[in-house]
Amino acid sequence: MNGVYLSARYLPFGDAALTVEFGTVINLAVNHKVIALNEALMKASIPGIEELVPTYRSLLIRYDPAKITYERLVAQIREVEEKLKETPREKKRKLTVPVVYGGVYGPDLGFVADYHGSTESQVVKFHSGKEYRVYMIGFVAGFPYLGDVPDEIATPRLETPRLRVPAGSVGIAEKQTGIYPCEAPGGWRIIGRTPIKLFDPQWQPPALLKPGDTVKFKPISEGEFQRIERLVAIGAYKPQFEE
Amino acid sequence: MNVFQVLKPGFLTTVQDLGRYGYLKFGVPVSGAMDTFSMVAGNLLVANNPNDACLEITLLGIEMQALTDTQIAVTGGLIPVKINGENAPMWQTLTVRKGETVSLGKVAKGCRSYLSIRGGINTPIVLGSRSTYVRGKLGGIEGRPLKAGDIIQGFSVPPLRDCFKMPENLVPQFTGNFSVHVVLGPQADMFTEKGIETFLSSSYTVTMESDRMGYRLEGPQIEHRDRAEIVSDALLPGAIQVPGNGKPIIIMKDAQTTGGYPKIAVATTPDLDMLGQAKPNDTVRFFEITLEEAYERFLEYRRKLSGLAEKLIKTN
Repeated sequence: MNGVYLSARYLPFGDAALTVEFGTVINLAVNHKVIALNEALMKASIPGIEELVPTYRSLLIRYDPAKITYERLVAQIREVEEKLKETPREKKRKLTVPVVYGGVYGPDLGFVADYHGSTESQVVKFHSGKEYRVYMIGFVAGFPYLGDVPDEIATPRLETPRLRVPAGSVGIAEKQTGIYPCEAPGGWRIIGRTPIKLFDPQWQPPALLKPGDTVKFKPISEGEFQRIERLVAIGAYKPQFEE
Repeated sequence: MNVFQVLKPGFLTTVQDLGRYGYLKFGVPVSGAMDTFSMVAGNLLVANNPNDACLEITLLGIEMQALTDTQIAVTGGLIPVKINGENAPMWQTLTVRKGETVSLGKVAKGCRSYLSIRGGINTPIVLGSRSTYVRGKLGGIEGRPLKAGDIIQGFSVPPLRDCFKMPENLVPQFTGNFSVHVVLGPQADMFTEKGIETFLSSSYTVTMESDRMGYRLEGPQIEHRDRAEIVSDALLPGAIQVPGNGKPIIIMKDAQTTGGYPKIAVATTPDLDMLGQAKPNDTVRFFEITLEEAYERFLEYRRKLSGLAEKLIKTN
């Protein structure tokens, strides 16, 4: 049914992990279930579970087979899953992310505008005009997968990925948008750059964002970008969270 | 405490322990030794904890000078070891005096050798581990491979009175042909029966596009049922992805934490450790086993690792 399962699928992932899959698509209800199960399992602390990895549509559970068998673990997770509420009470946190759009900071802004027969300023307006959900953190340390991007600016990835995308780059891939926390190879259409830091191994937790958070982009000037960049460099920039 | 100074760093030498667990949800890969078994054995030969940090040497050895009296062991891929120009054996405790040089040659069999130091290597613990993740600039010495001039720090621990060696029958042999037992799934249903058959009956070759992140394999194309993409979900070392070109990719220790290609199968833990010794042009064959069989093999492997310390032979 549109890639949203009526009941979760439990799938072995090698000899020491399993996946609980709630659907095959990017979907709010599916992601809610993933995060709700993640939080419920963190509270349940079932012996043998070693790590939980929530993604768009599934929860990966790494376990120690010497402590618990697959069958027993599945039975215990099912018990937790059956008690989940339809929509979890997610603690809403909203982060405002300043972005300088276009130019050297966003080399693909023009392409995205042309692709939709639109203008650069229209693309900026659409991109920064919406609140996005953090569906998951993945790819590289601290990279937030955000959605859903309005159809007016949703654009396919580059055919040949770039070998180096600078840290802070804000990109679009179909209906997803994301921020590169560090320099990495990548195929997303880069439309701007933020000076803020998204990951630091000294932080606890090390990633600024977590699944379920909300992100809103705010267009800034190049001068403002440089001002914030200097603050970040000396550790004087405070990320703007609203609870 | 300064233990060694690096004279020649080799091709790619990094500090690794058993890995950085618990941070996948933040996008941080596991990292850690590619061949866990050899690394743990190296630690036990100098009476360290299994998780103490060692050097992982890739294909070409390191040369270093001892800044203090110490003890080391070299394990993993077959590599010539010399202490002050004299040949020294692998898989046993070796004593090195202050001022002596330790030099390792070219890896002749396998891909990665491990050099353990009595007491372990002392680098800052980053997110629970000393493992180097070069791409993310985390762990090890400044998050990078070793370079000439680096000082390797250790801990001040009393030297071992008893030296050890690994029994011959427990030394792994790396032939360049890897038999990898897999559990099918989590997305095996995205492949045709013919595709699964191809995967399980063909011999694949490790290509040059292979490193600590993963191995791209060359060989018969695996047929997808329909789409060759999924909405990204989590990856772990051992996962075998098949992108649109039908050629499998084995995910290794430094891989990205999520991926958008269907995973036909996942390599079992003991064989994943062996795979850490695969290099370009080696061959890989996949064998399906049930979860129950995988469970038995996992427990047996765990017992082998935990019983290893008692099996070591005293050499003095």
